[in-house]
Order: sequence, then C-alpha cells, then structure tokens
Amino acid sequence: MTARVITITSGKGGVGKTTATANIAVGLALLGKKVIAIDADIGLRNLDVILGLENRIVYDLVDVVEGRCKLRQAMIKHKAFPELYLIPAAQTRDKTAVSPSDMLTITKKLRDDFDFILIDSPAGIERGFRNAIAAADDVLVVTNPEVSSVRDADRIIGLLEAEEKGPGRLIVNRIKMDMVRRGEMLSMDDVVDILAIKLIGVVPEDETVLTSSNRGEPAAGNEKSKAGQAFRNIARRLAGEEVPFMSLDHAEGVLQRLARLFSSSMPSTG
Amino acid sequence: MNALLDRLMGRGNTTPSAKVAKERLQFVLVHDRLDLSPDKLEAMKDEILSVISKYVRIDRNNVDISIEQRQRDNWLVADIPLSPEDEEDADEAEADGKKSGK
Ligand SMILES: Nc1ncnc2c1ncn2[C@@H]1O[C@H](COP(=O)(O)OP(=O)(O)OP(=O)(O)O)[C@@H](O)[C@H]1O
Ligand SMILES: [Mg+2]
Repeated sequence: MTARVITITSGKGGVGKTTATANIAVGLALLGKKVIAIDADIGLRNLDVILGLENRIVYDLVDVVEGRCKLRQAMIKHKAFPELYLIPAAQTRDKTAVSPSDMLTITKKLRDDFDFILIDSPAGIERGFRNAIAAADDVLVVTNPEVSSVRDADRIIGLLEAEEKGPGRLIVNRIKMDMVRRGEMLSMDDVVDILAIKLIGVVPEDETVLTSSNRGEPAAGNEKSKAGQAFRNIARRLAGEEVPFMSLDHAEGVLQRLARLFSSSMPSTG
Repeated sequence: MNALLDRLMGRGNTTPSAKVAKERLQFVLVHDRLDLSPDKLEAMKDEILSVISKYVRIDRNNVDISIEQRQRDNWLVADIPLSPEDEEDADEAEADGKKSGK
C-alpha cells in the first residue's frame, strides 16, 4: 500500500473545506479504502467535531511534531468506519508549531499503511496553507459559486502552480440549481470556464450538511443526502472510477421545469 | 404575465446577475494574475502603439490589444491594422473627428 496524499484547500474561509474533507474521507472508507484525515488547521480544530470524534482526542498533531507521543497514539480510529482514522489539530497552538518538513515526515511514515491521506487545510495563503500542501500529491480546491471565493480560488491555483502542486482539481460547493437556472448564480460550467481547471465534483447547498454536522455524522454516510451523494461521487472519482456528473433536477418545481423547457443548454451537476 | 414569460424565456431586459459576475471575475482575474492594473495595461498599450507608429502608420481607431486567457495561460493578443500610405491624408483629416467608419 502506498497512500496518495490529497490536500483540500480554498483560499477563502468557510467555503466547505472541512466539510469536504470529512465527507470524502467517509466516502473513501465506504469504498473499503483505508483513509487517514489530518486536520492541519492548527488553533482552529474542527475536523474532529464534524467526524464526531471530539471526545476521543488524547494527543494531536503538534504533540507528534514535538515528540510528546508516537504517531500511532495521535491516530483516532473511527468506530462507525473502521477504515477511517483522524489526526486532530492542536487547539491551543498556532500554525508555526508545525513546518512543511514536519508534514513531509509525518505523511511519509503513514504512506505505507493507508490508501489515502487527506489533509484539511486552513484558510489563507500563509504558513498553514504551506504546511497543508507540502506533502500533497493532489490538491482539491473548494469554491462556492460566488465572486469572492472564486477570486480567492484563482489565487490559490496560481500559488499551487508556482509550487508545482497545481493546478489542482475543483469542487464547486453549495450550488443552488434553482438560482443557476434563473441565471442568478454562477453555474459549475461558468466557474470551470473562469478558473480553467478540471472539475472533480459539484455539491449542492443542502440542509443535511448542517444536520449531519450537528450529529457528528458526515452526510456521506447518509444514503438520502444529496450532498452526501455528491461527496461519495468525489470519493469514487478519487478512487479512479468514472462517475458521470449527476443531475440535481429531481428537486425542481413546476416553474423551474417550465423555465427549463425554454432554456437551451441546461447544466447538470454531481 | 408578460414579465413572467419574458423571465422564463430569458428575455428580461436586465442582465442576469450570474452573467455579470462571470464578466467581472474574468476581468479582475486577468489583472490579479498578471499583477498589472487596468491603468498600467492602458499605459503599456499606448507605449506599444507609439513605438509601432515610429515605423509604420497604423489605424489607431481599429486597434485591439487585449489579454486573452487560454486555459490558465495569459496571452497578449494584438490586432493592429496598418493604414495604406495613399490614404494618409484622408485618415489624418478624420483623426480628430469621431471614429472613422473604415
Ligand atoms: N453543501 C453545503 N450545504 C450547506 N451547508 C454547507 C455546505 N457545505 C458547507 N456548509 C456549511 O458551511 C459552513 C462552513 O463549512 P466548513 O467549516 O466546512 O468550511 P471551511 O472551509 O472548512 O471553513 P474554514 O475556512 O473556517 O476552515 C458550515 O456551517 C457548513 O455546515
Ligand atoms: Mg475548516
């Protein structure tokens, strides 16, 4: 086994990196892959609560880096998905407690034992981002269909190219197909045109993302969740499957359907 | 009802905001990527044109110099029509008026 290291980043904060990391991790675990998710957002630990593992933390990434524990001891095994592990971020330290070379060392030790190592990057373009991409074989750039997050995504893609990690692949998160149909929200095709990178997934705006995070059970584990399905599709694409981009048309009302009849090219999503 | 029909058929007279967003993003990203402000780009164009004008006569009204995105690379693309010499006088006469229709 030799793991692929995949970093999830964005530039702008709050666009869904942690949500994507948790859900893709679960999606990969559901495919029978051995996955470890590393929270590289030092000081703003979050991946643990989204995965429902917050009560099981003893050691964190900074403890590993500073030699207070063995790597093994900081790895938390998920009970619902035995193939899934987490290394949590430290909550009381800052990004400078970890360096890019620490990330290389840690991922190197993990590579033999896993199929995928997912790294949840903090927002921004500074140290935390550098740490998160240092070991990446692949980078997923998360954006929302909205001007400021697309602009920041472009900046990140530029930096990834400069670091020879890029251009990465794109996740368009929180899309509202009814608004896209009305011409009031950028479509995934628009975002792909603007950023000129490959798309790996389109995730709809979906209440189940919030209810899942309330419970600490990522939507990818919920058969009925549309966002969950979109994240499972991303996991399958990462695992090498060809998965067509699904249509989210089921949710449309009569009016939208009518509008669709009049409109020439309809985007689909997945 | 007419307004609704117009909306359905995309005939409304206001540009859909997504289209505006796309155009604004494409514009701002060109300058972000090159770290070149719109003002500086204009200055560069003027300078390029004056250099060319030292050697050949150009039809300034129909010049098109722009930055074009091809995948993630940017290209400076210039269409600079050259004026034939025998039209020199006619062109010059028109130059201080409005755009020549040529
Ligand atoms: N597809 C979605 N549908 C609805 N809500 C979503 C979706 N994706 C993310 N959210 C919500 O958006 C918020 C921000 O998500 P998240 O914490 O994953 O972003 P982030 O990029 O990791 O933020 P930060 O930059 O602070 O680390 C959360 O409240 C999450 O529930
Ligand atoms: Mg986060």
